[in-house]
Amino acid sequence: MVILFAVFLLTLLVLTAVAIVRTENLFVAVMLTGIFSLLMAANFFVLDAADVALTEAAIGAGITTVLFLGALALTAEHEKSVSAGRWLSMGVVVVTTLILVYATFDKPRLGDPEAPVHLHVAPWYLEETPELIGIPNVVTAILGSFRGYDTLGELFVIFTACIGVLFLLSGPRGQHLPPDDMALSSTAHGLRHHLIPKVVGRLLIPFIVLFGFYVQFHGEYGPGGGFQAGAIVAAGIILYALLEGEAQALKAVPRSVLMGMVIGGAMLYGAVGIAGIALGGNFLDYSVLADNPVKGQQFGILVIELGVGITVCGALLSIFHAFAAREPV
Amino acid sequence: MELFGLYNYWAFAVVLMTGFYAVITKGNLIKKLIGLSIFQSAVFLLYITMDKVDGGTAPIVQKGVTDQVFSNPLPQVLILTAIVVGISTTALGLAIVVRIKESYGTIEEHEIQNLDHYS
Repeated sequence: MVILFAVFLLTLLVLTAVAIVRTENLFVAVMLTGIFSLLMAANFFVLDAADVALTEAAIGAGITTVLFLGALALTAEHEKSVSAGRWLSMGVVVVTTLILVYATFDKPRLGDPEAPVHLHVAPWYLEETPELIGIPNVVTAILGSFRGYDTLGELFVIFTACIGVLFLLSGPRGQHLPPDDMALSSTAHGLRHHLIPKVVGRLLIPFIVLFGFYVQFHGEYGPGGGFQAGAIVAAGIILYALLEGEAQALKAVPRSVLMGMVIGGAMLYGAVGIAGIALGGNFLDYSVLADNPVKGQQFGILVIELGVGITVCGALLSIFHAFAAREPV
Repeated sequence: MELFGLYNYWAFAVVLMTGFYAVITKGNLIKKLIGLSIFQSAVFLLYITMDKVDGGTAPIVQKGVTDQVFSNPLPQVLILTAIVVGISTTALGLAIVVRIKESYGTIEEHEIQNLDHYS
């Protein structure tokens, strides 16, 4: 039964992807990407990846769509059709697809417990996590502790990308307008004069942010963690900005606070690593942070997840404001 | 049901190549980025497909429950972080597209090349 459902979802996914590429209206394409991400999240959930499904739903379906719309507002809504080389590339794509499908016949069947990927290091993680770390969610344990270096690196990639976007978009045209001028610009008012979105949004926003905090602090026990929580809280505040206008959202969470979040979260993560060295362990070795190694691990994961959540939330909001504050040509 | 054992991989192949087609054929830079993110999502699907174990469940250990089969947590960790990094890099790409629009007045690739050629 589940497999039929999965096949149905995958077929819809393929159809959506084709529709996105075929349409020449970019607005339609971006809206379809939201559906694509939601279908992808459902697929991840069917494949037992609850944490990934949560991330994809929050980021792919929520924030990516908003960022693409922000970019569309600054560029163009329609693409011009190009016919040169279409058949050649169609041929290349079809041949490559057939080769890839041919290659899949050597892959282990879906769900095969004897597949090579399940025989290497994964059983060790599943076996040792309750003993060494003592938290139920193995994904969080690997993310925070076993592969803590990797996660630190990813966090700095997000940090760097955020700095890059700010450099690119806060030039002369992206100057923050003084409050008086801002009231005149179109983005400043948001949807304030539309009653239904305003009322529904006001009802929803507190719960979205609350759910974000739940996901943040419950990440050790259920699906969740800093990446998801940061994205969900950012989505709540972006919704506020869309409804009440950008100026109002910046009054609630000013730019300086956002920059502090981006830097502070990354530094908090790094500081936990340094604290490990200071207390006589290795970099990002949380066992020495408390008297009991297991307690130390739990404390370390809690703090670094907080750092991740703060940086992700700050970075996504800074990027959103960078696009929203820029005046169209 | 054996027939569907590879269906996920086929869907991966088609979605991957659909994204790739948009990247190589479309002249509009935003459409190229959309294609790139479809391509990227297909890779995520490939990784998550590999984590599934028959009769398994999400890798969250429950106290007092033994004999539980868990799906592989490692691909999930890799993809979880990759999704967030993916949106940051897409945002950087969009920022570059916005600056190109401001400098050239267009985001169509052949028009940009023409402008470069005749200036």
